[in-house]
Amino acid sequence: MTNLTHLTIAEARKKLRAKEISALELTDAYLGAIDAANETFNAYVAVTHDKAREMAKASDARLAGGQGGELEGIPLGIKDLFATEGVHTQAASHVLDGFKPRYESTVTANLWADGAVMLGKLNMDEFAMGSSNETSYYGPVKNPWRARGSNVDLVPGGSSGGSAAAVSAFLCAGATATDTGGSIRQPAAFTGTVGIKPTYGRCSRWGTVAFASSLDQAGPITRDVRDAAIMLKSMASVDLKDTTSVDLPVPDYEAALGQSVKGMKIGIPKEYRIDGMPDEIEALWQKGIAWLKDAGAQIVDISLPHTKYALPAYYIVAPAEASSNLARYDGVRYGLRVPGKDIIDMYEKTRAEGFGREVKRRIMIGTYVLSAGYYDAYYVQAQKVRTLIKKDFEDVFADGVDAILTPATPSAAFGIADQDMAADPVKMYLNDIFTVTVNMAGLPGIAVPAGLDGKGLPLGLQLIGRPFEEETLFRASHVIEQAAGRFQPEKWW
Amino acid sequence: MSVDIDTVKRVARLARIAVTEEEAGRMTGELNTILGFVEQLGEVNVEGVEPMTSVIPMAMRKRQDGVTDGGKAADIVANAPATEDNFFLVPKVVE
Repeated sequence: MTNLTHLTIAEARKKLRAKEISALELTDAYLGAIDAANETFNAYVAVTHDKAREMAKASDARLAGGQGGELEGIPLGIKDLFATEGVHTQAASHVLDGFKPRYESTVTANLWADGAVMLGKLNMDEFAMGSSNETSYYGPVKNPWRARGSNVDLVPGGSSGGSAAAVSAFLCAGATATDTGGSIRQPAAFTGTVGIKPTYGRCSRWGTVAFASSLDQAGPITRDVRDAAIMLKSMASVDLKDTTSVDLPVPDYEAALGQSVKGMKIGIPKEYRIDGMPDEIEALWQKGIAWLKDAGAQIVDISLPHTKYALPAYYIVAPAEASSNLARYDGVRYGLRVPGKDIIDMYEKTRAEGFGREVKRRIMIGTYVLSAGYYDAYYVQAQKVRTLIKKDFEDVFADGVDAILTPATPSAAFGIADQDMAADPVKMYLNDIFTVTVNMAGLPGIAVPAGLDGKGLPLGLQLIGRPFEEETLFRASHVIEQAAGRFQPEKWW
Repeated sequence: MSVDIDTVKRVARLARIAVTEEEAGRMTGELNTILGFVEQLGEVNVEGVEPMTSVIPMAMRKRQDGVTDGGKAADIVANAPATEDNFFLVPKVVE
């Protein structure tokens, strides 16, 4: 008997359709794995045993009748940021204590309509603000990967740290995630998994707890490129409930896999070669270039001159939008309420107790840059720089570049409670230096595992594409995956 | 630009977050680190550049101004910490 939890979505789908396995068996295998390992990883903040079995039984009934959707019977983990009807939805924040929405997010509704099974809700940085999953009210998540010969616990990255850890440790077949500055791609790179942030407007934001509305996009984290293509097809849709949802049909992303990259023009941006970048990251990047070249792609050097300004511009735009979006947590409509002597005192005490340090820090920055006298100097300036960042990309795409290859992160996973990062918030922010440009320009980006560093930790490469050309990314990242092979952690838990 | 502790307290008040003297002191340092980091945006020449309003060029989607939803008062107050007769309850605001 093969280990059911080690099947990819594509493999499980085949076995389910052939009735070699049942959805209930598969779901029970995952629930068993979660019950045995979640105490170690803290990847799930809520496990929905009963609901999962109920959904799996319904899938089995549909499969028995020869029916069933694209994800029929596939057990998934859902980031705690997605509203799931009647189920724990707290964005891993204390301020949303006890919140059980009376509605379902569009992304999860799409997955259930295609037959997927929900295993539970996944841990994350509070309100998706963080790059290590350490800002969660529920505590940090452990990375299933450890350096060779070491028992030091590493972070899985963030903010989708629970999603990445659960996929990597075989605690779900695939997971939903969201990416505002790198929150899908950085944790995917830290855990040897695949993560894609689609073009802004491809997945509906309806029912997803808002962080920075002009940057937030949902996407999958999976064990290989094919699974990412399968899941994204289901998650993406045109949704009238989200005014920024783009009215374009969702292609069959899986069909792009295996297509040749011959003649594809891949840009290598010189600005991504940053000071102090480890040699191993540079070597990995060169390997990626060689693999694509061998497969027939044309490699060209390009320049994206405003790259270094993306992260500082992000740390104005994202907190500004967050300070506005998080104004709704006032102790009146949902979640935590701390009594006060009057209504203002109640607001202030509720928010002081309900939000963690990083969230407060960002609300404060956002409030400051939007306040009278500073709005033009900070916010308007940052939005102008954002226009220039986007133009950098438009210029290289106009020159015929089909996709851009970069490292996904400036390092491999670091330790939980890293002293340097705790002392300096900007150090933590630098984790997103290669991913944040993509959000600022609204482009699609995929992180694909490409190798291990000297300590045996996974490293990823990133491919950035033109708007709504996710298929190009699947095609090219599949070539990298075929050359690099797949990576899984050695089981120590 | 940098902030002093009084500015931090004023911003905390605007953001409706209660802060102790100690927290305000700590936040002053953190905010100044972040503001120091974003300072470099000032060196970018943005003359004639329009501020970004939408990453994807699209017209705002509009719909007919009609009732499409409703009758869900109980659902809307279901998660509230304090309610009565489908109203949210708040501390007294008018004497």
